[in-house]
Amino acid sequence: MQKKYLQWITYLSGLLVLLIASVVLSLSVGEMNLGFMDIFSILRKGHESMEYTILSQIRIPRVLLGIAVGGALSLAGILLQGVYRNPLVEPYTLGISGGASLGVALAIVFGLHQLIGSFVLPVAGFAGSFLIIFLVYTISTRNGRVNIQTMLLTGVMISFIASSSMMLLMAITSSENLHGIIFWIMGSLDEPDKSLIYITLILAFCSLVLSYLFVQPLNALRLGEEKAKHLGINTDTTIKLIFLLASLLAGVCVAVAGVIGFVGLIIPHLMRLLFGSDYRILLVSSFLSGSIFLVLSDVIARTIISPNELPIGVITGIVGGIVFLLMMSRASFRTLKNNG
Amino acid sequence: MNTEILSIQELCCGYPKFQLSGINIAVQKGSFAGIIGPNGSGKTTLFRAITGTLGIKSGRILLGDKNLRTLSPRLRAQNIAIVSQFIEAGDISVEDYVLMGRIPYHSRFSFFESEEDFQISKKYMELTDTWRFKDQLMSELSGGEQQLAAIARALTQQPELLLLDEPTSHLDITHQVHILNVLQQLNQEMGLSVLMVIHDLNLASEYCDRLILVNQGKIHIQGTPEEVLSFQHIEDVYQTVVVTQSNPLSGKPAVFLATRKVLKEIQEKMANQQKI
Repeated sequence: MQKKYLQWITYLSGLLVLLIASVVLSLSVGEMNLGFMDIFSILRKGHESMEYTILSQIRIPRVLLGIAVGGALSLAGILLQGVYRNPLVEPYTLGISGGASLGVALAIVFGLHQLIGSFVLPVAGFAGSFLIIFLVYTISTRNGRVNIQTMLLTGVMISFIASSSMMLLMAITSSENLHGIIFWIMGSLDEPDKSLIYITLILAFCSLVLSYLFVQPLNALRLGEEKAKHLGINTDTTIKLIFLLASLLAGVCVAVAGVIGFVGLIIPHLMRLLFGSDYRILLVSSFLSGSIFLVLSDVIARTIISPNELPIGVITGIVGGIVFLLMMSRASFRTLKNNG
Repeated sequence: MNTEILSIQELCCGYPKFQLSGINIAVQKGSFAGIIGPNGSGKTTLFRAITGTLGIKSGRILLGDKNLRTLSPRLRAQNIAIVSQFIEAGDISVEDYVLMGRIPYHSRFSFFESEEDFQISKKYMELTDTWRFKDQLMSELSGGEQQLAAIARALTQQPELLLLDEPTSHLDITHQVHILNVLQQLNQEMGLSVLMVIHDLNLASEYCDRLILVNQGKIHIQGTPEEVLSFQHIEDVYQTVVVTQSNPLSGKPAVFLATRKVLKEIQEKMANQQKI
């Protein structure tokens, strides 16, 4: 057995332990604190107690959504960064959040959520992001070939158009609708519809498995598109499929949980700093770390000004950004030392 | 009996403002061929057509008896390995970088290298003298060491034909000779066919058994170094006055250049002699 593989197994076991720990923490902390050990006995006894209802109706769905969204967003981030070979790319760079927000804003402005029901919002969000994905894809594909730079620029431009249109909507709509739009954009793991949570979770895990079909092309793309071609990789197909996979993943996340920023940018970078550039370890470790990060951020968001709740995007941005800067200054210090 | 490893027939390809046309080349199995020519003559365009990065307009490129265009990318990578001019590998360890040469042999579902992969990459890293930095990052190596690692990666593909784009262009004479010696050894001991684009006419003459002189999108002449590197051909193509003589050690043609100052002095001397 290669030393490298043993190392990977150690990392992954470490991340799994961390994930379990943060899940337990998240289940126990809240308006009503439950002991770590009590959680299991409450769940085993079942049904009647209030503690059981809190766990099964509020906290477990929330944790599951955190795992799914955190994992999916950072998986999407690492996939897109790998394909575009650009460290600034994140799931929202290509306009996915802009499209979803626009869809939701339209639904709110036209009162669809009152007419039909609140499940219309995620549907509208997904429709918006899907439309953007479709636009970016068709505009930047010519004769079956894609130009990565064109694709990035197209995505960024469409993103601007979408977010500006949304601002237009926000400027002309009533203050009640405005509040609804802003509340949705800030993002939250509070999702009343449980089946949506399960769908997101299943999709996230399936995508993680699927992403491993592209692990060799991703590794080869580290050398650049042309050299990956020289190694027998069909780069056009790879780029297109990964774009679709990552975008759909991000689209689903935004539709269900709103715009939760930074996860898809910070976690992939952190993983690169820690584990190097091999996508065999990066994909799964990004997923797990994204889950851990979002579950913990949610704990902070719920408890810091309890009984009120902060938007989770605030926590991911502030905490994530600071942790990342610290890690990076340490890493650049290390490379400085290595380079003499 | 077909002993040609690469045969290019009536190839026409290029960009809107620059075209290669009427290219016919045959590279024999086990030969060490060089493509030479001035900047902008079409060397790299030809190289890109052979590597498949650039589409071709007409004509065909055969690898053995297989048409390169219909070969799948994977099979192509098993048969032709390419060492590009610029090596950008960044924060990948040298061993991981060389192991990437095994990618054309992996199925989509094989996530781990086999013992064989490690053995093969180790063999070629030892051959190219890169095994000693296997745990260093590619970005930490010097230009010459990176070039050697790139050659090791290409050999790990176990190709029939090795293509190199100016493998010695940024290197000092020690590394130039070292790298070309490695290639020559591979060529002679393992029968690997080599085709490289090279700028330095004297290196091309010493190492290649066949040269292809490209000029303005066409082949000016091809043949042995003795046939190609005559002062007439070089002066025609490069627009520079040169003298060719054979290298006293190898007997291969060597190209000497004449600076403007020297030419002037010679002219003056000849004028003086005529006066007398």
